[in-house]
Amino acid sequence: MSLQFLADGLLAGLLIGLGAIGVTLTYAMLRFANFAHGEMMSFGAYVAWSASFLLSALAGTAWPAMGPFSITAAVLLGGLAAMILTAGLALLLDRLLFRHLAGRGEAITLVIASFGASMALRSLIEFAFSSSPLYFSSDLQIAVRLGMGIRVTPDQLALIGLTLCLLLAIHLLVTRTQAGRAMRAVAENPTLAAVVGLDVRRVVGLTWVMGGALAAAAGTMAGILVQIRPNMGFDFLLPLFSAAILGGIGSIPGAILGGIVIGLAEAACVQFVGAEWRAAVAFLILVLLLLLRPRGFFGEAA
Amino acid sequence: MNGKPVLRVDRLVAGYEPGLPIVNGASLTLRAGEIVAILGPNGAGKSTLIKAIAGLVATPSGQIWLNGTDLRPLPAHKRTALGLGFVPQTENVFTRLSILDNLKLAAGILPAAGRAAAIDDVLSLFPDLAARPALLAGRLSGGQRQMLAVARALVVKPRILMLDEPSAGLSPRLVLEVFAQLGRIRAQGITILLVEQNVKAALALADRGIVLVGGRERHEGRSADLLGDPGLGALFLGGDAVRETGS
Amino acid sequence: MSEAILSYGSFFLTTALAYAILCLGLNLQWGKTGLFNVGVAGFVGVGAYVSAILTTPWSSAHLGGFGLFWPLGWLAGAAATALMSLLVGALTLRLRQDYLAITTFGFAVAIQLVLLNLQPLTGGPFGIGFIPRPFESLADRPLLFGLGNLAIVATLVLVLYLALQNLSRSPWGRVLRAIREDETAALALGKNAARYRLQAFALGGGLMGLGGAIQAHFTGFIAPNNYLPNLTFQVWTMLIIGGSGSNRGAILGALFVWALWAATGGAITAFVPAELQARASALQIAAIGLGLCLVLLLRPGGLFGLRRHAARG
Ligand SMILES: Nc1ncnc2c1ncn2[C@@H]1O[C@H](COP(=O)(O)OP(=O)(O)OP(=O)(O)O)[C@@H](O)[C@H]1O
Ligand SMILES: [Mg+2]
Repeated sequence: MSLQFLADGLLAGLLIGLGAIGVTLTYAMLRFANFAHGEMMSFGAYVAWSASFLLSALAGTAWPAMGPFSITAAVLLGGLAAMILTAGLALLLDRLLFRHLAGRGEAITLVIASFGASMALRSLIEFAFSSSPLYFSSDLQIAVRLGMGIRVTPDQLALIGLTLCLLLAIHLLVTRTQAGRAMRAVAENPTLAAVVGLDVRRVVGLTWVMGGALAAAAGTMAGILVQIRPNMGFDFLLPLFSAAILGGIGSIPGAILGGIVIGLAEAACVQFVGAEWRAAVAFLILVLLLLLRPRGFFGEAA
Repeated sequence: MNGKPVLRVDRLVAGYEPGLPIVNGASLTLRAGEIVAILGPNGAGKSTLIKAIAGLVATPSGQIWLNGTDLRPLPAHKRTALGLGFVPQTENVFTRLSILDNLKLAAGILPAAGRAAAIDDVLSLFPDLAARPALLAGRLSGGQRQMLAVARALVVKPRILMLDEPSAGLSPRLVLEVFAQLGRIRAQGITILLVEQNVKAALALADRGIVLVGGRERHEGRSADLLGDPGLGALFLGGDAVRETGS
Repeated sequence: MSEAILSYGSFFLTTALAYAILCLGLNLQWGKTGLFNVGVAGFVGVGAYVSAILTTPWSSAHLGGFGLFWPLGWLAGAAATALMSLLVGALTLRLRQDYLAITTFGFAVAIQLVLLNLQPLTGGPFGIGFIPRPFESLADRPLLFGLGNLAIVATLVLVLYLALQNLSRSPWGRVLRAIREDETAALALGKNAARYRLQAFALGGGLMGLGGAIQAHFTGFIAPNNYLPNLTFQVWTMLIIGGSGSNRGAILGALFVWALWAATGGAITAFVPAELQARASALQIAAIGLGLCLVLLLRPGGLFGLRRHAARG
């Protein structure tokens, strides 16, 4: 039996985990499931693609590939631009939409609004870029054998490495800095956070920035790995939610672990059952989870 | 107890839903250095009153002055920054943060240079906490949590410390310990406003007591006088009877 | 000329009124009971496919050949969807609001996959054709055909509206309102509250199934792509714009949004060059999404001011 699904699932799971961090934190702070989070991933991927395209156009020639990877410095810079702009988009959504509705105390209308925002963003992306897929690179990657039937492309290895670096950075940010402590505190108990002297609105803004940036990174990497489509983020939504709930709402390590579980399960489904059922995996896990442990496995939901 | 007034609440109205006042015209004054206990039957609005002072409950009318600053338009975190400390009755520590992180978080409103010293100062008051700073607050026992919650409020050296039933759910020995700690805190010059069900213990510590019924103060007096008042016992047994005759 | 307009008008109204039935179902779940269903498309799809499978002639491409008379198909579609809602509700209604949203969303994704992948049952991506239409024999006389269809759907909407109005004034409806607006009442009812919620969820689901069946028999052809999350979003927009909580709002919202949709769609077909039409339709959806957000921000009670009580937070 080939263990290929372990490699594929780990990378996909890490990307789901990156995206789920924003979901789980804003969920915990604002008490609502943001259906527009997937679109932040798509938006990020399209920004990264546009920026790297622009950089190549400016240079007048394609940027050279770095070593065995298809990822060029232009793509990396594009990813950075995507993180910044998507953070801005997240802040904008908060300012224009979520903050006003949250102020009214009707948490569930936030969900409806995010549903509308998701649809609007997705359609705007389709309007701007059409629904045909885009690719960061047309290069074919030669896979490396790792034994036990596992083959990975250099790009996959690079992305796993990049993700681990990002996760380390988040870990340091969240555990070692005042901003990180503040985010964890507001995620656990916004009222107490205000009593302790935190400006909860600012911390929520900071969380949108981080969640948006990470979503953009995940979207860009998913785009490098497969392709960029207007629907790509929306298709990630169920895995993101499942990972966040699996890990316990508000828990960052939980979101990552939950993401890896979902990623592995999806990859196993693709390998052993069939790719056409992949999209149902996250739903099945979610249903099982809600039946068995409505409070999540790894963390404790508020 | 002739200190300057530090906190003045005047005809405050507070509640959770528009048109449904829970605190209904309550007034009180805290003088520097004193300990005042707010007493009253269940549902009298004691918790709502101090939450309103802390900025957690809407206050459609009335006034709250802290050292000449009008607190009413300020959000909760700004009131904290002005020296108003508050220890809620439950969920008063961040269970997913370590003891030290709870304190560091609170110290964030101090100038960066003074934070470490402030944390050391407060830890010296609570040896139990100082022994295991990396422990998650969620793993602490009820008494230790209460200590951490108080320590967290003290880190920023508030002028006023408000506590909601700090003795609730603690064993008699721990209650004594908490109240002894409050005495030491007052000795440092911090004014204390205390909500308590434990009338005897509270009045033993407090200089004055205020009895809240139906969202408004109904008795007020020096602790010794209140303890001697035979009407007070009846109040706690028959809160409803009192409400009928009241206003 | 006027006959063409009339037959277009009846076509338009029939489509809009089929949406109105979906809206009435959602209003029963959300507006009246506060149950947050983001899987409307899934329930609509179940009703459509059940009715289609039961009424179509035999085909090698999908399960079928039962050839039932169409009203029986509609009934079966509604009943099957109600049953399905009962199952989904039993699993999820005890969850928190937002978990219910996520689970129903996932349910719709799963249903769509089943429709797409269980080819022997559903015809897979090719869908099901030759679904019998009411008044099929009049198909060569568009006006009569259109008016006949309109009469059926309009009567149904009227009957459903009156029934739902009665229901919400009945003791049953009063209990629902109590549950929706007052947590303590809900708690006091305990297990019974859960039963009332479940009944409302199943009934609302049944209406969605019925609406799905009607749509299917009106167009004569269905495919999995008809039941994407866009449909859910459309129905939600109709209800919010009409004013959730009000049955009249649900119907007006469906008519209003469908009119906007049809008008902008028509404008795109007429004025936008063919190669840009796909993009223009995307803009159309974006505009509706934006409209939904604006209504939520500026007129949370809906455009027509029919809602008396604020929706629960
Ligand atoms: N979050 C809330 N939302 C709505 N009503 C509330 C809330 N908290 C308290 N109340 C209501 O306000 C009234 C007063 O509550 P409050 O907690 O202030 O009383 P208390 O004097 O502190 O009582 P206890 O001695 O039981 O702590 C009660 O009737 C209670 O039901
Ligand atoms: Mg209380």
